[in-house]
Amino acid sequence: MSKYPIDGKYGKYGGRFVPEVLMAAITELEEAYSSFKNDTDFKNDLKYYLADYAGRPTSLYYAENLTKKIGGAKIYLKREDLAHGGAHKINNTIGQALLAKRMGKKRIIAETGAGQHGVATAMACAVLGLKAEIYMGVEDIRRQKLNMFRMELLGAKVHPVKSGSKTLKDAINEALRDWVTNIESTYYLIGSVVGPHPYPMIVRDFQNVIGNELKKQFLLKEKKLPDALVACVGGGSNAIGTFHPFAENLDVKLFGVEAAGKGIKSGKHAASLGAGFEGIFHGMLTYVLQDKEGQIQNTHSISAGLDYPGVGPEHAFLKALKRAQYKTATDKEAVDAFCLLSQEEGIIPALESSHALAFAIKIARKMNKDKTVVVTLSGRGDKDVEEVANYLREKNE
Amino acid sequence: MSKIEKVFQILKTKEEGALIGYLTAGDPNPKITPLLANSLIRGGVDILELGIPFSDPIADGPTIQAASLRALKAGTTPNQVLEIAGEIKKKQKIPIVILTYYNPIFRMGLENFFRLSKKYGVDGVVVPDLPIEEAHKYLETSKKYGVDTIFFATPSTSEQRLMKIIKSSSGFLYLVSQFGVTGTRETLQNSTVELIKKILPKTTNQIPLAVGFGVSKPEHVKLIVETGAEGVIVGSAFVNIIEKNQKNINKMLGLIEDLAYKLKESTKGDP
Repeated sequence: MSKYPIDGKYGKYGGRFVPEVLMAAITELEEAYSSFKNDTDFKNDLKYYLADYAGRPTSLYYAENLTKKIGGAKIYLKREDLAHGGAHKINNTIGQALLAKRMGKKRIIAETGAGQHGVATAMACAVLGLKAEIYMGVEDIRRQKLNMFRMELLGAKVHPVKSGSKTLKDAINEALRDWVTNIESTYYLIGSVVGPHPYPMIVRDFQNVIGNELKKQFLLKEKKLPDALVACVGGGSNAIGTFHPFAENLDVKLFGVEAAGKGIKSGKHAASLGAGFEGIFHGMLTYVLQDKEGQIQNTHSISAGLDYPGVGPEHAFLKALKRAQYKTATDKEAVDAFCLLSQEEGIIPALESSHALAFAIKIARKMNKDKTVVVTLSGRGDKDVEEVANYLREKNE
Repeated sequence: MSKIEKVFQILKTKEEGALIGYLTAGDPNPKITPLLANSLIRGGVDILELGIPFSDPIADGPTIQAASLRALKAGTTPNQVLEIAGEIKKKQKIPIVILTYYNPIFRMGLENFFRLSKKYGVDGVVVPDLPIEEAHKYLETSKKYGVDTIFFATPSTSEQRLMKIIKSSSGFLYLVSQFGVTGTRETLQNSTVELIKKILPKTTNQIPLAVGFGVSKPEHVKLIVETGAEGVIVGSAFVNIIEKNQKNINKMLGLIEDLAYKLKESTKGDP
């Protein structure tokens, strides 16, 4: 698996389906990345910021209360919620912002859905002295108003996006339009393992820190590898970061969990791998939620971070190889898991991560007590408290 | 020689540039598109470019984004756009170019798309999110059906890439005038003139060069043709007229014809 991408592709997935004007920029990025990624100074800088600034390594926590409550396999949590900013997003933004700085780019643009990537971009740019401009759909701003203020507080400029469905996909569209206009001065800091090559590779490489740490920590605690890894999948960056270092450990089962929203049959979901078709979107060949004419569909999930009609091409490849299995959790299942973890462990998980947790609980229950499941808790749920309160209120009315 | 190339050749003998007029098909609804096409043709457009509306047009500015949305709301499908092209072709000899993002083609299947394109008389295809690196099968299939493939050159395209792009292109080469998305602009930048001068020596006697993105006024057209480009592509300026006159179709058709006429006159050298 580590040899992929080959010529920008994961099997047949991935590629670079972008306007000609961007080809020079993504080629420049690919060349810069391949020259810096093994550069000692670059690696030291990255290591320094991940440790002293972002607070890595994040802990691997044995959720003993939850395990006892469920009564099956031991459940561990990889605590990305403890990383600076409250999510795994900082791993990528620090890496790419350092790269942008080395490339001499002073203006950074990024898209954000829930606001986590926008916040993490704003943080990385603040600490590294770069100018950040963030595109965010007005529907997402409505759902995550505080994150918009957080970004502004961190010195970033937020551009509300009013086109299309006014969510993450449209924020990416606007960021791409900005990039084709300001290509010479601007670095596009994409937030997940999506987009044209080399982005899915670069973001994966920076997120691999999750799986690499997890492996070491788990070996220390259990003297073996886990039986299963579970992570949520929107674009899929925390999942790839978790899975990739284990891709060749075939005894470790990999489960990606997509948002089933109000149920797959309702059509109101964001399960690209589970219910989508192969297509070309945002520069990549991958699974896409689309109609029979190839128009991209609007998605629904209670978690803004999973609300995306595409998915990283490496996930499409892992699905094709049957190396990973892709499952779903509904809004309701996610909220249940959100509440359960809060009560049992005193940890409020992000709604995104709650999808992974919901599925992990399902399989842990059926596994023997000597088995182990690790859930990547991609972020903390403070940002979601209001959304969950509203959800529970509506349910009770 | 393809029909598109023939048009450029004839215009060259007349010392005129080609006016390529763009419409998003199905905007404001599929029934009006053939009427709009007639207005463009009466005004003097040499090649007609019909866009298949797409939900996420990343290379387009607000004008064409809104047009795509109107066309999709009116229920326009890719098949329907090809049928509209066929309907226009029944009465008009004008070459038709289809502009579409890649996903609708991918979903339809390359074979199916080019087979239908051929059936309805489509002469060429432009795909803004398909660079030559990803176009291997696309090129193979288009050749099989004898449909021209129009690719882009941009201000950031290196000379080495340009040579490869010219090799893959047929019909004409679409030069993006400046960095940015589609949309009308007040003035033509000096950099556009410089860009045309830089590209022309590579395309001369190879393939006609047509310039688009931001080209919206007669004076832009005049300058581009005087600089030596063989054609201009105008889209958003026409689409703006459609947007503003949705309630008065006759006025819309008249204004489209007027603008096409003025732009066409500007492609002709001074007498």
